[in-house]
Amino acid sequence: MSLTLVQVIVSGLLLGAVYALFSSGLTLIWGMMNVVNFAHGEFVMLGMYSAVMVWTALGLGPFAAAPIAAMAIATLGVASYFLLVRHIMRGPMLAQILGTFGLALFLRYAAFWYFGANFKTLPDTLVGGSFSLLGIRFEGARVLAGVMGLAITLLLHVVLTRTAIGSRMLAVSEDATAAQLMGIRPQRMQALAWAMAGASTGIAGALIANFFYTSPTVGETLAIIAFVTVSFGGFGSVLGALVAGLIIGVVESLSAFYIGPVYKDVVVYVLFVLVLWFRPQGLMGKT
Amino acid sequence: MPALLKIEHLEVKYGDLIGVADVSLEVPKGSVVALLGSNGAGKTTTLNAIAGIVPVSKGSVVFDGSNIGGQPAYAIVRKGLALSPEGWRLFTQQSVENNLLLGATPLPDRTRIPRLLERVYAVFPRLAERRHQRAGTMSGGERQMLAVGRALMSEPQLLMLDEPSLGLAPAIVDTMYDSFAALHKEGLTILLAEQSVDLALEAADHAYVLQVGRTVLEGPAKQMADNPDVQRIYLGME
Repeated sequence: MSLTLVQVIVSGLLLGAVYALFSSGLTLIWGMMNVVNFAHGEFVMLGMYSAVMVWTALGLGPFAAAPIAAMAIATLGVASYFLLVRHIMRGPMLAQILGTFGLALFLRYAAFWYFGANFKTLPDTLVGGSFSLLGIRFEGARVLAGVMGLAITLLLHVVLTRTAIGSRMLAVSEDATAAQLMGIRPQRMQALAWAMAGASTGIAGALIANFFYTSPTVGETLAIIAFVTVSFGGFGSVLGALVAGLIIGVVESLSAFYIGPVYKDVVVYVLFVLVLWFRPQGLMGKT
Repeated sequence: MPALLKIEHLEVKYGDLIGVADVSLEVPKGSVVALLGSNGAGKTTTLNAIAGIVPVSKGSVVFDGSNIGGQPAYAIVRKGLALSPEGWRLFTQQSVENNLLLGATPLPDRTRIPRLLERVYAVFPRLAERRHQRAGTMSGGERQMLAVGRALMSEPQLLMLDEPSLGLAPAIVDTMYDSFAALHKEGLTILLAEQSVDLALEAADHAYVLQVGRTVLEGPAKQMADNPDVQRIYLGME
C-alpha cells in the first residue's frame, strides 16, 4: 500500500471518529426516548462558540475549552429537556419535530444576535500545528479531535452497556413504566441522557472548532452529517454511530482522493442510500 | 394480625372508562391473599393501582400505616411493595442478571445484592443457568420466573403477583406455586391475582372475588372453595 493511501485512510479515520462523536448524542437521545433532536447541529455550533470564547477571553486551547463546552452544552441539554422536550413528548410526533426545530432556529438566531454572522477561526498553532510521523502528515487539531472522538464515543457505549446507570437508562428506554416498578425515576434518566448527549456534543464542537470555521449556521452543515451517520449506523446505537462515522470518514477521504473532492459527498450519499435500501434499520439498528 | 395493606373503596378511571369501580380488601401480614375474577373483572387494574402505575381516582390505599394512593410507582416500590406485572414487562434487551439487578434498584443497602441474587437463584435455578442470556430469548415459564425474581430483588414486604400461571404449561405452574409456598414460609406476604380458582385457593389463606370492578365476595380460602357462588360468579352462570 502506498504511503499516500495510508495517509488518506488515516485522515479518513480521524475525520470519521469526529463524525461519530458529534453524532453519538443524537443517537443517544433517539435511543432513550424516540425523540429526534433537530437542534442537535446547533448544540455542536454552540460547543464550537464555547471554544472560540474560551480562546478570546482566556487565551486557552481545547484542553480548557472541551470541559467548559461539555458543561455548557450539558446544561443546555438538561434545560431543553425540562423546559421543552418533556412537554412535547406527550404530543404527536409533529410536535416533537416542530418543537426541536423551533429550538434549533432559536439557538441559531440567538447566535447571530450575540456573536454576529462573521466566520470565526481559531489559530491552528493552538494544537501544535502539524507534524510528520512515519512519513504521514498529521494536523494536531484533527488528531486530537479524532482520538478524543474515538475515546469518548467508546466511553459512552461502555457506560450504556456495562454500568448500572446505563442499564437503568436502557430500562427506561425499553419500558418506562416497568422501570418505575424498579424504583427508577424515568425523568431523571432522560435528563441524564440529555446531559450526556450535551456533554459529548459540546466536546465535539470544542474540538471541531480547531480546524473548522465557526459561524451561526455551521450547525446546519454538521447536522446533515450527523443525521446521515446516525441513520447509517442505526438510530439509537452509539456503537453503530461509531462504525458508521468511521466508514463515512474513510469513504469520503478515499473518494476525494481517487475521484476528486467535489464528488466525495456523492459517493457517501450513494453508499448511504444503498445501506438504507438493503438495511433500513441501519447497520446496528433494531428492527 | 394487623393489615399490611388495606384498600377501601378503590376506584380507577381511564378517562370516561371505569377500570375498577369499588374494591376493598385487606392483606394481613404474613398471609397469602388471592384476588379472583374472570377476565376483565379488574384484577390487573387493582394491582396496577396499588403499585402506582395507574392513577387512583377515589378511595384509599394504605400500606404499612401510610397512605400510598396517588404516589408514583418509583416511590411505592421503595416502601417495600413489589409487583410482578401482567405480561412480565421484562427488559428484553438486557441479560437475565441485569434484569434482576434492576429489580434491586430501590435497595438502600447495595451490599445486600449478592445475597439477594443468590436467594433468587436458589428459588429459580433456571435463572442461574441463564444469567447471561438476554431476557428476550427466554421461554414463557422462564420469563415468569424472571419477573417474580426481579420483584423479589427489592426485598419487598408484600409481593403482588399478576396471573403467574397465565399461558404456562401445567408442570411449570406447579413449580411456580411451589416456589410461592416456599417464599410464604419464609414470611413473605403475597397478594395474588389469578384466574385459575383451584390453584389460587389452594395457595391462599383468604380470597376476594371481583366482578365487573367490584369486590363481591370474600372469605377464608377453604370456605370459598366450597362456595357455590364462587363458581357461579366466575363462570357467569345465573
